[in-house]
Amino acid sequence: MTRRDASRWHPAEYAFWALPIVAYFVFPDHLALLAQIAIAALFAVSLDLILGYAGIVSLGHAAFFGIGAYAAGLLAQAGWGDPVLGLACATLAAAVTGFATSFLVLRGADLTRLMVTLGVASMLYVLANKLTDITGGLDGLQGVEMKPIFGQFAFDLYGKTAYVYCTIILFVMFWIARRVVHSPFGLSLQGIRQNAVRMPALGTPVNARLVAVYTLGAAYAGIAGALLTQTTQFVSIDVFSFSRSAEVLLILVLGGIGSLYGGILGAVVFMTVHEYLSGIDPLYWQFWLGLLLIVVVLFARGGIMGTLRLASKVRA
Amino acid sequence: MTVLFDGIASGLLLFLISVGLSVTLGLMNFVNLAHGAFAMLGGYVCVVLLNRYGVPFLATLPIAMIVSALAGVVLERTLYRRLYGAPHLDQVLFSIGLVFMSISTANYFFGDHQQPLHLPPMLSGQFHVAGADIGAYRLFLIVVGLVLAGGLQWLVTGTKFGASLRAAVDNPRIARGLGIDVDRVFVVTFALGSALAALGGALGIEMLGLDPEFPITYIVYFLIVVAVGGSGNIKGSLIASLILGICDVEGKYYVPQIGAFVIYLVMVVTLIFRPQGLFGRMAAK
Amino acid sequence: MTYALQTRNLFKRFGGFLATNDVTLNVAEGARHALIGPNGAGKTTLINLLTGFLEPTSGSVILKNEDVTRQPQHRRVKRGLARTFQINRLFADMTALQSVILAVNERRGIAGHWWRPVSAHGEAIDDAASLLSQLGLLEVAHVPTKDLPYGKQRLIEIALALAAQPSVLLLDEPAAGVPTGESRELFETIARLPREVTVLLIEHDMDLVFRFADRISVLVAGALLTEDVPDMIAADPRVREVYLGDAGHG
Repeated sequence: MTRRDASRWHPAEYAFWALPIVAYFVFPDHLALLAQIAIAALFAVSLDLILGYAGIVSLGHAAFFGIGAYAAGLLAQAGWGDPVLGLACATLAAAVTGFATSFLVLRGADLTRLMVTLGVASMLYVLANKLTDITGGLDGLQGVEMKPIFGQFAFDLYGKTAYVYCTIILFVMFWIARRVVHSPFGLSLQGIRQNAVRMPALGTPVNARLVAVYTLGAAYAGIAGALLTQTTQFVSIDVFSFSRSAEVLLILVLGGIGSLYGGILGAVVFMTVHEYLSGIDPLYWQFWLGLLLIVVVLFARGGIMGTLRLASKVRA
Repeated sequence: MTVLFDGIASGLLLFLISVGLSVTLGLMNFVNLAHGAFAMLGGYVCVVLLNRYGVPFLATLPIAMIVSALAGVVLERTLYRRLYGAPHLDQVLFSIGLVFMSISTANYFFGDHQQPLHLPPMLSGQFHVAGADIGAYRLFLIVVGLVLAGGLQWLVTGTKFGASLRAAVDNPRIARGLGIDVDRVFVVTFALGSALAALGGALGIEMLGLDPEFPITYIVYFLIVVAVGGSGNIKGSLIASLILGICDVEGKYYVPQIGAFVIYLVMVVTLIFRPQGLFGRMAAK
Repeated sequence: MTYALQTRNLFKRFGGFLATNDVTLNVAEGARHALIGPNGAGKTTLINLLTGFLEPTSGSVILKNEDVTRQPQHRRVKRGLARTFQINRLFADMTALQSVILAVNERRGIAGHWWRPVSAHGEAIDDAASLLSQLGLLEVAHVPTKDLPYGKQRLIEIALALAAQPSVLLLDEPAAGVPTGESRELFETIARLPREVTVLLIEHDMDLVFRFADRISVLVAGALLTEDVPDMIAADPRVREVYLGDAGHG
């Protein structure tokens, strides 16, 4: 058996990344949805970094998504509508928030982490709700006007620019994340997830690693949030909501934890089904979503990626 | 004074609803985020019986409890038990799935509006005591809540079932070794917790409201009770519920700007400095 | 005499239980020092205090003339103190090679590097592979740890400690659960360590202890009973009474 170096790109991966280009031509009427898929995928990748690789469970990952969304929105509202500048500031704001709150998730079992992250996101929700003057409260942040990207590409009504913009950002961020998880740092995160007690005895500063990855995951989520603001030119308070945190967890679990691609596949399936079912009736959607979640937890713990891997093993 | 009274009443409601969650977590180490769905079920049973079939309010309460207890037993036997010992993340995802299904089911049958509740005349009046206005219903809630809290405390500390329960919470493995049927203790506890949640849900319509989003709206409150009270700790849950109820009501009344914020902050700080809860036992490990 | 590892009046209390009672231990540089004592004497607790896995109630731990009592585990590892665990603590889903690379990366100070892939750090991989070959693990280098037999897993446990290239190595019953033939190999590997490496060993097999150690400390009920060369320990009636006699070791 020859061993493949997992950090090298597999042919299937090239094929996978050709799909967004194909999609652009095949579904010209659905580019807005496709852009939303790319955003959800990036958000799921951000959670995968902290949950799938470092093993930190979170019920409040929307906190960073929301910080990014508001940062980009407020900046554009104040007249700095350059999208790339917005992304940079949103990333920074989310990273700082992530760094500051990372110290809360260092200690404690899963349950403590779940509740602490939930608590942090809830606090931000309440803050956004109360600071009506700044955030617009429940009405959302109005008057977000985006300038053309690099002064060249204006956001158009069909969502062409938005789609290309989101997909490129997704790809670049995915590529960076892929490097990170295959690096020695990524390996040590997996070590922490698999046996956090052993790691200090190897000389690993576990807390420093966790702070680093939590900050990185937060920055990623902030980018996803900023993209949502920039493509919809609006910020709703539910960027901080419990449902959003639960949804991204679900997308990741549906796709498969700990492979980066799982989050992307999960987002594609989730958003497509969402669009289709909520087109019929929003109520059905939530029902089937709940059922799907239960089925995945009980019968298909690996999600889509796990099932694919199993299938390829059976064939081999 | 009136506000304090309201706070105590709302605290006792939270206690009724959350105590089952606390015990489930302490006993089976199961994070059941769907616990609020049982409270919602109780609420809807109460409303339907009252508004559609004219059953008296007080008579709807035991029926709501029985229906919810049955639902609890069925779900526990068919689904929950499969995830005992599973990672907390799985349990959380599973119970969020249940929450979503319960929300959409409630929405399907009852619509997304708040359910109206017409209290019987004898519970809707007000007293004037020592210069304060005290709602008859609040008084009723407090009496019921305290009686049940006392009853539960007796059940847990004064009966054989309670002894088995405490042993099982302390150490399920040793309890099994002592011949305690931990599975059965758990079904009964789960049913009881569901029934109490249903009672809380029904009694709480007037104060907490009832719509399909109920299980999500109050999820954080239930978790706070558990986090602050210490899982599996009835007295802790009671004290935590009362503090939470009073702070919540007073906070919304006096400092509406930051009331809810303070509550979340208290939860996070508690978890960081005393992960086993303010009133929890020191963790054995 | 220079000491690699010392404790001064070390105490550790768990609630009402005194697990470590006024232990002042001196392990000479380059020593093959064994720590013996009946079950429950507090040997593992002492190791945990030395490595920083536990914090002492009072007293101090001195590593190469430096007080490390307040230092976290990973700092002590960086200063050359490595250990194995009595019960394997491994990385179930990683292969033997990946696990050892993890430890080697840490020693080489590249474990925090986040850009170039693991596979691009060739020297670390070579280090890991040569360690695996020393321990006879090369054939199973690509097998996930959880699929390996216990004896091999035990060797990975040792490999993880050796990967740190420690100057002081603490071995907590390294041969526990290893078949006899393999345990001899295991001790040969340990015996081949350079003389500069100081070894503190907890072991129940008295044959191995007396063959391997040049110094023995006896721990009873959390306190040091005596410390001497193996012959004197073997002749000491108190040791026979509290340990060798009633524990049934010959």
